[in-house]
Amino acid sequence: MIEGLNPGFILIFGAVLIPLTSGIIRSAVTLILPLLALAQLYWLGLGSWGHFDFLGLTIEMTRVDPLARIFGTIFCIASFMGMVYSLHVKDTMQHFVALIYMGSAIGAVFAGDMITLFVFWELTAISSVFLIWASRTERAYKAGMRYLIMQVSSGVILLGGIILYYQDTGSIAFTYIGLTGLASGLILVAFGIKAAFPFLHNWMQDAYPEATVTGTVILSAFTTKLAIYALARAFPGTDILIPIGGVMTIFPIFYAVLENDLRRVLAYSLNNQLGFMVVGIGIGTELSINGTAAHAFAHIMYKSLLFMCMGAVLFRTGTAKASELGGLYKSMPVTMVFCIIGAISIAGFPLTGGFVSKAMIQSAAGNADMVVIWLVMLFASAGVMDHSGIKVPFFTFFAHDSGIRVKEAPLNMLLAMGIAAFFCIGIGVYPDALYALLPYEPTYHPYTASHVITSLQLLLFAVLAFTLLMRYKIYPPELRSTNLDFDWFYRVPLKWLALAIGRLIVIVWTWIIGIANDVVRKIITTTADTHGDGKVMARTTASGTAVMIVVAILGFVMVFFYRYAQQPPAS
Amino acid sequence: MPNMFALSSQYPVLVIVLPLLSAPLCALLRGPIFPWALTTAMSALAFFFSVELLAAAAAGGPLSYEIGGWAAPWGIEYVVDPLSGFMLVIISGISTGVLLFARESIAKEVPGHQLGLFFSAYLLALTGMLGICITGDAFNVFVFLEIMSLSSYILIAMGARNDRRALTAAFQYLIIGTVGATFYLIGVGLIYMMTGTLNMADIASRFADIEGTRPILAAVGFIVIGLSIKLALFPFHVWLPNAYTYAPSIVTAFFAGTATKVSIYLLIRFIFTIFGPDYSFGGVDLADILLPLAVLGFLSMSMVAIFQTNLKRLLAYSSVAQLGYIVLGIALASEAGLTAALLHIFNHAIVKTGLFLSVGCMFFAAGSVYLKDLHGIGKRMPITTFGFVLGGLGLIGVPLTPGFISKWYLVVAALEKGSVLGYSLVAALMISSLLAVIYIWRVVEVAYFRDPPEGAAKGEASLSLLVPTWIFILGSFYFGIDTTLNVGFAKAAAAFLMGGA
Repeated sequence: MIEGLNPGFILIFGAVLIPLTSGIIRSAVTLILPLLALAQLYWLGLGSWGHFDFLGLTIEMTRVDPLARIFGTIFCIASFMGMVYSLHVKDTMQHFVALIYMGSAIGAVFAGDMITLFVFWELTAISSVFLIWASRTERAYKAGMRYLIMQVSSGVILLGGIILYYQDTGSIAFTYIGLTGLASGLILVAFGIKAAFPFLHNWMQDAYPEATVTGTVILSAFTTKLAIYALARAFPGTDILIPIGGVMTIFPIFYAVLENDLRRVLAYSLNNQLGFMVVGIGIGTELSINGTAAHAFAHIMYKSLLFMCMGAVLFRTGTAKASELGGLYKSMPVTMVFCIIGAISIAGFPLTGGFVSKAMIQSAAGNADMVVIWLVMLFASAGVMDHSGIKVPFFTFFAHDSGIRVKEAPLNMLLAMGIAAFFCIGIGVYPDALYALLPYEPTYHPYTASHVITSLQLLLFAVLAFTLLMRYKIYPPELRSTNLDFDWFYRVPLKWLALAIGRLIVIVWTWIIGIANDVVRKIITTTADTHGDGKVMARTTASGTAVMIVVAILGFVMVFFYRYAQQPPAS
Repeated sequence: MPNMFALSSQYPVLVIVLPLLSAPLCALLRGPIFPWALTTAMSALAFFFSVELLAAAAAGGPLSYEIGGWAAPWGIEYVVDPLSGFMLVIISGISTGVLLFARESIAKEVPGHQLGLFFSAYLLALTGMLGICITGDAFNVFVFLEIMSLSSYILIAMGARNDRRALTAAFQYLIIGTVGATFYLIGVGLIYMMTGTLNMADIASRFADIEGTRPILAAVGFIVIGLSIKLALFPFHVWLPNAYTYAPSIVTAFFAGTATKVSIYLLIRFIFTIFGPDYSFGGVDLADILLPLAVLGFLSMSMVAIFQTNLKRLLAYSSVAQLGYIVLGIALASEAGLTAALLHIFNHAIVKTGLFLSVGCMFFAAGSVYLKDLHGIGKRMPITTFGFVLGGLGLIGVPLTPGFISKWYLVVAALEKGSVLGYSLVAALMISSLLAVIYIWRVVEVAYFRDPPEGAAKGEASLSLLVPTWIFILGSFYFGIDTTLNVGFAKAAAAFLMGGA
């Protein structure tokens, strides 16, 4: 253990070992590095290290406080799970960039100043895109390119914000910033891109499903949660985050219901879960920040678990499309069990991780008398139940039998899923362990009668809605399935309406994207027409023309200067 | 006062005289080794003198050397102050590094019997550049400017063996460069008419009396435009892309780091020392002319760079864009802006030289610098290509590279200009950085994501090429992380210029 070393560097420097090793040694290295980082984190304790001056700015390489520590802890555990899950992969590049990516995310969490944050921020962007490209398909290349543009833009905007902030305050310390002006606005937008705020979110559903099986699992854990951490650090109690978060919890539901690719469904529900956290940050009370941190922890566990399950299915069957899957419970029973654990956890069943963490944010909203947002989150919870809690396991493992017969997932995948499932249940049964890590003194007790009952009611309502939608063939991507048979509640105008709105949003959004695409294409073609190779701006003009330009500008300058002419002093 | 007879007191003249006198000697030497060895030795000596001079000037204030013992306003005076010392070190340092690369590279690009002449011209160009920086006499500057220009026409034309377009490129450079030099001479003539003196310090001391007169206004116009042509400010850059593209590799690397920078030095010298910042940005508003050209330049030229198919040409357009940054720093007319400009002179010199050298390695191995011929070069020449990518990061301005440092200063200086103008300048800088990402990315895509052509030889450039390239690449990272040296000298020079006004 090295005094003051940012734990992220252990993974980043450790990545150098990957190209040099192979086989069992490489596997050992990939597994040991996250554990070493975790050990380093707890060996360091709380404090601040690595101060030095750079361009007159005070750099603080390592800062461990409770908020950073809980996110660092999750990230280390998620790194370990991710590496276990990808043990079977024989791709030097993937292991290498995965370690750098994880290391830079961990490093960013412990950055005490915004320049260090910025460096790690960009490093996560650049390293993670290789996980997408590792699919080595044309689609993945293009999606990765779009992803990279968004991520790098986030970094550039962040840098702009940092410079302005430095100009205003003379400080680059990464602490509470608050939304006060252009500088903090830019920083918020930069964080918002990574946190997939509404209208800044497309990169996620675009790119995550294109990554490799293991890449998606790893990607889903870090980038967005790093942004959540940054928001929780810099913008707690910023009011605008509450409506933003509210929208984030709602709108992905419509997409998720319509979507056929189950990995994309999970990406949408990832977006929705982030909404809860953003709301928690916006409320900004101790309880809600605790809730955000706890939710991030639980969320990484169950979301990774779900992505791992879908990854295993994709790995074995070659598809993750709802319409092509079904009946896999016979072939992959263990995966099915884990998937259901993940599903009930994301849905927030009592005794699971989702229950104890989401409740804190909802209670925080309730305590602050925010009725609307409380209702929004309630509705969103039902929606989550609907698309992630039921749809994903149902279409994969039950529904109509697709006739696909495959082997159970590889052992290392099952092991990683087991770890995640252990945490999902463990947190739910014994929340005190998680609560002890939270940034503020926990005073919250999730298992009250009213909360348990509310949750169960909600869940049952969602099950009902799903069942009905299935029964009456309203549920979009799948065909009729027969094994559920409830006849009452014939008309569900509300759900109809919801789906109609969903379709409308898709249409309007496609239209907006179409226009934006046209504008961008226009800009590119115009640029190419004027600045392209051999075009007017890039042409080698004849020397005579060049001299004409010179003379013209000289003439202009002379005329321009003429207004400064004075009479010479009498001599 | 140091002893007049100590060798160190003669450094200011030795730094010029040694390369100048070695040039004819070089022309007489034959064989592939001797001309190169002599040139490298002279360049290294000049570098040593320059470092000593800069250290002396930084410690004990500006040094003055009277040529032939004639006192200043009448005789020619050599002056080493923080600014000229800084430039001397950059020029001789880049030159020496490039020369290390030259031996193997140039043997492939220039016929053996011309090597003596080639290095002779090289030494003259070096002399010209060093002379422009060290001399304190406005007419002597013109003489050195011509020495540098004439020899650089020759050096560029030497690329003809490889591509005959080098001849037209050199010819066009000759025409446009001569126009620029003539404008400069006209301006100096007008100043001489009004002041009766050619010594820069002397002109500066008399300038206040005559500054509003029409001849002086005309002189300012001629000199600024003339130097803008020489430094390839947009839209006077037409000569540069061709000249850089078709010149031999090492000439391109050498000129990219130094030739245009020397003209920028002259522009700074005239604007800040002779005219004085109060007159340049108050009496006549040069910022109104330079600033739009600079911004248009770096935006437009970065776009052009994106569409280039020839790697050297791509970098050449990127150079024009980067020169825009430097001129922007000058046009901001503040100490912060000037610091940014000086810093970027240094940083861009080291980064661009490293890039052109790695392109030189690629040319040496692949025989072409067209992107279509460089498919999969990342697999064929992993070390060279990785160096190029690192240099590209410096061009974009990624943290830990010097490009980040100078952009940081430039942005801070731009923000000092106040809200609307400052913010739009910063926005333009950011857009330009993104464009840089795109044009560097195009190379990365070609190098790593395309398969090498069938049967392409897989082999690294030899060590004598790789080592100098990597010296520049690693050096750029050194100056991006430990900024005390470059930022320190740039700040000192900027403070000297603003305070000395």
